[in-house]
Amino acid sequence: MTSSFKNNAPLLTWFATSMVVLWLLIAIGPFIWTVWGSFKVEGDFFSKADWRNAIYGVMTIVETGDSFTGNGYYGAWIEEEFWFNVFNTTVVVFFTVTISLTMGTLGGYALARSGFRYAFWLLILALIFRAMPHITLVSGYLLPFFEWNVWGKLSTTIVVLVAINQPFTLWMLHSFFLNIPKDMDESAMVDGCTRFQAFRHVIIPVMWPGVITTGLFSFLLAYNDFAITSMLLSSENQTMVPRIASFLGSVREQGNVMFAVAAVVSAIVPLFFLVLFFQRQIVSGLTAGAVKG
Amino acid sequence: MVLFIALPIASVVVQSLFVQHEQVMIEVENCGPFKCETVIQADPDATAALRESAPLGKYNALKTYTNRNHLAFNELGDIWSSSETFFGFISGVYNLPFYKALFFTLTYTFLVAPSVLILGLFIALGVNRLPQLVKGPTIFASLLPMIVTPLIGSLILFWMVDADGIIGATLQLIFNNPDLSLKASAPLTWIMLIIYGIWHSTPFAFVVFYAGLQTVPSDTLEAAQIDGASRWQRVRFVIVPYMMPLAIFILLMQLMDGLRVFEPIVGFSASAKATSLSWIIFNDLFGNAKLYGSAAATSMLTILFVCIILTPVLIRTWRDFNRKGI
Repeated sequence: MTSSFKNNAPLLTWFATSMVVLWLLIAIGPFIWTVWGSFKVEGDFFSKADWRNAIYGVMTIVETGDSFTGNGYYGAWIEEEFWFNVFNTTVVVFFTVTISLTMGTLGGYALARSGFRYAFWLLILALIFRAMPHITLVSGYLLPFFEWNVWGKLSTTIVVLVAINQPFTLWMLHSFFLNIPKDMDESAMVDGCTRFQAFRHVIIPVMWPGVITTGLFSFLLAYNDFAITSMLLSSENQTMVPRIASFLGSVREQGNVMFAVAAVVSAIVPLFFLVLFFQRQIVSGLTAGAVKG
Repeated sequence: MVLFIALPIASVVVQSLFVQHEQVMIEVENCGPFKCETVIQADPDATAALRESAPLGKYNALKTYTNRNHLAFNELGDIWSSSETFFGFISGVYNLPFYKALFFTLTYTFLVAPSVLILGLFIALGVNRLPQLVKGPTIFASLLPMIVTPLIGSLILFWMVDADGIIGATLQLIFNNPDLSLKASAPLTWIMLIIYGIWHSTPFAFVVFYAGLQTVPSDTLEAAQIDGASRWQRVRFVIVPYMMPLAIFILLMQLMDGLRVFEPIVGFSASAKATSLSWIIFNDLFGNAKLYGSAAATSMLTILFVCIILTPVLIRTWRDFNRKGI
């Protein structure tokens, strides 16, 4: 609504603003609560007596002498060796994003310039993969992987994640390359470039916005995946998310729920910064599907 | 691509036709101090050898599909003939694992998707009225529930509704019932999962609607205003019809996500009260007893459901593309 009609009804403005504030509380409140609580002891975070204990840390002062404690983080990262799972996640996510982007840019460029209307089939494939529960595919992979003895390795998981991600990556980059005018690489080829040189010198410098957006979504898929990583990785090789899930069972009995809370907060931090820095790209990527599809 | 899309599905189809080997039984003579008796015992070595030689299991044709854990035709017939009222039939069907999961999955999908649409639209309208300065941070905060790993997001809420957590304790206080636990009762667990679903998906609807709002032509709005349309009428008759394609897009995405709901059930440890199709597959595959046949059969049925729901959408997209081509 443009500024040309600003006969604001104060009641409506008040109502709309309070609704947005309420939504913000619902949206971000749980995160603030958990991050704050992760520096307390269990007696405070799950306080029977008074919920305000979690804010002031009454039990935390009693148990550790300070109102903040890093015990949960120490327990999770050092004692439970969570750092190793973080390392695994880094490996899986890095290779998944790199491989799917490399294949995606080359393939997407080729498909976009080939003249045939691939867009529809790519879109259908991407849609089907979006719709299919990932776990149904995993049940197909599992038995062959056991037979070939490749189950439980990080590299297997990377290959599967790339494969599941590829139709979407291809479709997104394909429609992105279609938006780059054909004249650009054609004029480069008239000037004597080969096809590859045209790609290298003309397309690569202008393709980064699309690549970054696509990369973000590959990152999110690889980082957030639970079904595939939990089924395909052996317990020594687990990444963060399945590890947290298996934490839960063991940790409840020992009374170390705070380890899990600290691990969860550690896993949120990268996502927090991702949204902070790439908010615009995420929004544009989310809406691109709506506008083009 | 063929390797990773077609082959797994083919492998699922093949697996779904087989069942696990039964234990190989041998007769052993147990001689105690008083008498000898013959017992039938499982022979672990022979079982392992058999499983080694034919890992798929034995051929079972379509029986896996129709046994009690899946479509359960026989049980359905029994329940139908034995129950007098329609509700008796429904509650009988609900006890079969596959239908229980299907029931939850469908309820979840068809409650979450419309709520997400409506909430998202209103939040987008509200945010659109905010001053420019606070829009950025608002969008940032709204994105978080969607971006965060589903399992982790559900864990965070799970800890808050724990009997000792902040929401759970407050609810106990409000209803003055110290034994109230959201985890203990099935309806409350369902409500909890659905609220989590709405919390997780609303940002998506919000972002898409918000982007759509920026492109609503202002002259149409002004024309409506000159014609005497009230604020609500402008939303109802100008903005909502303009947003219809976006709403359909969001609805489609929500249907897909709803049908594969899985992580929140693990995160909320709610599997005793609510199961989904994906969870059944996960449960079959997880742990030591790997029931490939059963998991594969459920996978095939799930894929079938997804196809049924997606077909109208695919046909529509196909038409759109052809129209664009001409």
